[in-house]
Amino acid sequence: MTPLQGCLLLSALLFAVGFAGAVSRRNAILALIGIELMLNAANLNFIAFWRYGEPDGDAAGLMFVVFAIAVAAAEAAVGLALIIAIYRHRRTTNLDQMNELKG
Amino acid sequence: MAAAAAMTLRHLVHCALAMAVCFVGLAAIYLQLNAQFVGFAQILVYVGAVAILIVFAILLTRSGEVRNESILAPGWIPGILAAVGVFAVLAWAVLNSLALPSGANPAPEVTVRELGDALMTRYIIPLEVIGLLLTAALIGAVVIALRQGEDAE
Repeated sequence: MTPLQGCLLLSALLFAVGFAGAVSRRNAILALIGIELMLNAANLNFIAFWRYGEPDGDAAGLMFVVFAIAVAAAEAAVGLALIIAIYRHRRTTNLDQMNELKG
Repeated sequence: MAAAAAMTLRHLVHCALAMAVCFVGLAAIYLQLNAQFVGFAQILVYVGAVAILIVFAILLTRSGEVRNESILAPGWIPGILAAVGVFAVLAWAVLNSLALPSGANPAPEVTVRELGDALMTRYIIPLEVIGLLLTAALIGAVVIALRQGEDAE
């Protein structure tokens, strides 16, 4: 097994764990953490392919990861703000009780 | 890895700490793969900012009465099965793919200076767009988190 395959397998494991957490936990914050784990799995793939793939000379993989980290930070901020707003309104972070569109 | 712990622990603060440990491990892997800048950015952004943000959210939304009920959503069995299926398909594809590069290339050397040069020349438009997106997202987050509080008063 080459190192690239090792990285890809680790990334697949990370994605699967994040996916399982995002769909199977009750708490909204835990779902958000699962989404972050999935984004990081994608980043790990970018880095691995940048490291072990054909050299391209302009570091496109690194650039993509930098932008992905920025987008993930923005997404985490907005997601947590939404969770806090819903919590103030409904007094819960349980995903099963957030079943109304109209507050 | 600590990711599994982050998803399985019962106590929310422990989950956040396990997530931070997992991100530190990821940053170490990035450093091992010769991506110094991304590794340190990972530590700064995730361990420094996102973990703190999540801990704050957990503490703000802490409610003590949900200790005894199940931590799992009702449809968790199909969820876990779907995740295992995703991992199985991905692992099969990775292990059997013929299109993967052999990995025999020399490690690419990219200094932070080169990254900065590329950001200022070739990737200037994405840089501006990401700055605008971050500003809009943070202002939106503040507005969302504030307005409900004013209504409640």
